[in-house]
Amino acid sequence: MRSSLIVKITREQVVEKLLLAVACSAIMSLLLIAVFIVKEGAPFLVKVGPRDFLFSSDWRPQAGHFGIYPMIVASLWVTLGALLMGGPLGIAGAIFLTEFAPPALMRVVKPAIELLAGIPSVVFGFIGVMVLAPLVRAYAGGPGLSVLAAAVILGIMILPTVLSIAADAIASVPQSFREGALALGATRWQAVHMVVLKAARSGILAGLILGMGRAIGETMAVIMVAGNAVKVPHSPLDSVRTLTANIALEMGYATGMHRQALFATGIVLFIGIMLLNGSAMLVMQRRKGKT
Amino acid sequence: MKLCTLAMMGVTGLLLAGCGRNADSVTLAGSTAFQPFAEKLADEFMAKNAGANITVQGGGSAVGIQAALSGAAQIGMADLVELPAEAQALTSYVVARDGIAVVINPANPVTNLTLIQIRAIFNGATKNWKDVGGPDKPITVVSREEGSGTRSSFEKIVKGITLTQDAIVQDSNGTIRETVAQDANAIGYLSHGLLNDKIKAVTVAGAPCTTAAVVAGTYPLARPVFLLTKGPATGASKAFIDYVLSADGQKLIADNGLIAAQ
Amino acid sequence: MRISPKLTQRIAVTLLGTATGATLLVLLFIIGFVLEKGLPVVSFSFLFSMPKDMGRAGGILPTLVGTLLLPLLAIAIALPLGVGTAVYLTEYTRETRLTRVIRFGTDCLAGIPSIIFGLFGFIFFVTTLKMGWSLLSGGLTLAIMVLPTIIRTSEEAIRAVPRAWREVSFSLGATRWETVTKVVLPNALPGIVTGVMLSVGRSIGETAAVIFTAGSSLRMPHSVFDSVRTMAVHFYIMAREGISNENAYGTAAVLVISILAVNTLTYWLMHRFIARRAR
Repeated sequence: MRSSLIVKITREQVVEKLLLAVACSAIMSLLLIAVFIVKEGAPFLVKVGPRDFLFSSDWRPQAGHFGIYPMIVASLWVTLGALLMGGPLGIAGAIFLTEFAPPALMRVVKPAIELLAGIPSVVFGFIGVMVLAPLVRAYAGGPGLSVLAAAVILGIMILPTVLSIAADAIASVPQSFREGALALGATRWQAVHMVVLKAARSGILAGLILGMGRAIGETMAVIMVAGNAVKVPHSPLDSVRTLTANIALEMGYATGMHRQALFATGIVLFIGIMLLNGSAMLVMQRRKGKT
Repeated sequence: MKLCTLAMMGVTGLLLAGCGRNADSVTLAGSTAFQPFAEKLADEFMAKNAGANITVQGGGSAVGIQAALSGAAQIGMADLVELPAEAQALTSYVVARDGIAVVINPANPVTNLTLIQIRAIFNGATKNWKDVGGPDKPITVVSREEGSGTRSSFEKIVKGITLTQDAIVQDSNGTIRETVAQDANAIGYLSHGLLNDKIKAVTVAGAPCTTAAVVAGTYPLARPVFLLTKGPATGASKAFIDYVLSADGQKLIADNGLIAAQ
Repeated sequence: MRISPKLTQRIAVTLLGTATGATLLVLLFIIGFVLEKGLPVVSFSFLFSMPKDMGRAGGILPTLVGTLLLPLLAIAIALPLGVGTAVYLTEYTRETRLTRVIRFGTDCLAGIPSIIFGLFGFIFFVTTLKMGWSLLSGGLTLAIMVLPTIIRTSEEAIRAVPRAWREVSFSLGATRWETVTKVVLPNALPGIVTGVMLSVGRSIGETAAVIFTAGSSLRMPHSVFDSVRTMAVHFYIMAREGISNENAYGTAAVLVISILAVNTLTYWLMHRFIARRAR
């Protein structure tokens, strides 16, 4: 009896140490990526200097020029464009489904739209190439593979994210808010846009920010429809190369400083996305604080 | 708990099952121009030699050189006019020759371009098709990424090209073909071996991009295709390279649209 | 001229409804487009025979195998690590600054774009560790990609198990490990499985990280050191290079149906989990 107790206790201690080891190795492997990227990219940033790297438009790695300004602008344009395309539609859909649609419709449509989120990006990209780019080329001009095409495709891709989070935020506004407004004589729409939306504001914002994060990180769809030209865009019909596309196009053969430049681009992306995610979390914290 | 144990056993099993690389497996990586031919050759080779295991990756000639140097691939494929400095450490075998076709959309009436016109188009100096005898439409330049052997060879032979900023960049010969096929105003370049009727090859300074012209030397845009190994090829790699250089291999290459090494 | 609030409401609702309708239309168009062009190609032989002529003819069997094995390997690596970490963080330590930092780090890593995982995997596993383009390189890279998701969902699921149940277990003389394995984990299982399904769904559709680490070989893999091609990669290559648009659409159809199936299963599980919790 006593010996089995001792066995039990030692087993417990062994298990605890084992779990600690597992937790540590999981965290180590996650740290590994961060450390690796910084180790490869930071010396480059020091050598070339952030100003030249971030603000020069001259990207000719074989000749030793590493300016990623065109790519930064491209990523920003494409992401903002995606937000313009997908944001309003997502929020509108969220409002409609939570406030004005019969609950049965919401139960069917919301999961259906979330299924859209599961479609692989390469499928979106290919539809962009086969359907959207020719339309842009025919009706708007330019090569078709452009900021516009990328923004529309990415907008569709982030639509489910924005809609989902916005819908959750709107649905979690206490019913008393709505009832109070209605009791004061407001129509349902007035209650929604004067009271509910304001209350759900931070959640909706968080959804938009997370959608932006997804758009900035997208690679395959963008490589297929944006055209990958290394130039600062002057119009939405211009062909552009985003930061992610740049990494993907060149990483197979980049060596030395060129490879380090790609890791440094990774750092820039990483920082950008961390800032976005961080602000999304801050915004959601504030909401939790308020209600 | 059971799930964890099962998972662990599964992983161990998988790892043990594959313990140690199969010494007979050969990976080729690199030139997207040669890739389809390498795949056909690999298929034939494996049909004749059970037990051989040949895999072909793309990525472009620069990937081929890097992969051969780093060991990620046993054989690198590169289609370059001349091998760059870092490839000097590798042993090279010329296995084919290839012409670079300058291609436009079949709807485009232009049939011939001089080297000077080609240079001006890819530099961005000539922006409209009407300047070279075509319709009044803007030219959409389509190019490969910097690490492409087709691109390096093209730019080296035509000389004086600083690719225009407006150029669309695609990552393989096949995607250039698809892009030019879909855009009536596009112009691009790709391997002669990948020509089909979705696109139209222009004659360059009067010379058509055909096997005969490349062999005769009248077509200016031509380059060799190299297979690269770290040190002289041995074992399974050597067997495959020998097959590619054999009469059978060369006939397969010639029959499918590329040009034999001699 | 004042527009009556009722009219404003009607206009607003109409606009919103149209927007929602447009969203649904886009979804249906995309799925419909892929299925309409792809389903005619899909047949038993398409699914289960080998590709011929690099995919111009024949089937997609090796890509099915690749799409099955790669996420399987990734989950096999990430699941024990992730659940173990979640168990340790919730059951064996207090809520300290360290645990919050760990959690923040995990959340950040969940947001890193897949191309960066691809870059890391290519440089670290394929090149530096000389694993080459292989199932192993791809599996390890995907494992790191899904690890944050598994940790997060497992932690939520474990936390959702009521404290009272643990206390009852302790009061009956069980050790912590016994409590975890016999009480907590079995009840957290649906939540954990949801996390696994989400990861599987993500891995199946993943292309950027996979193409650079697992390669694109169309042969049947014989060991973890063999390169594999997943359906997403196969679709990408065939469509982009114009090798065979029909087979590309067929592959896309199978891909979309698989992902829809996985997602539907995930929802069903999640709702079962919520229903159970409500009890």
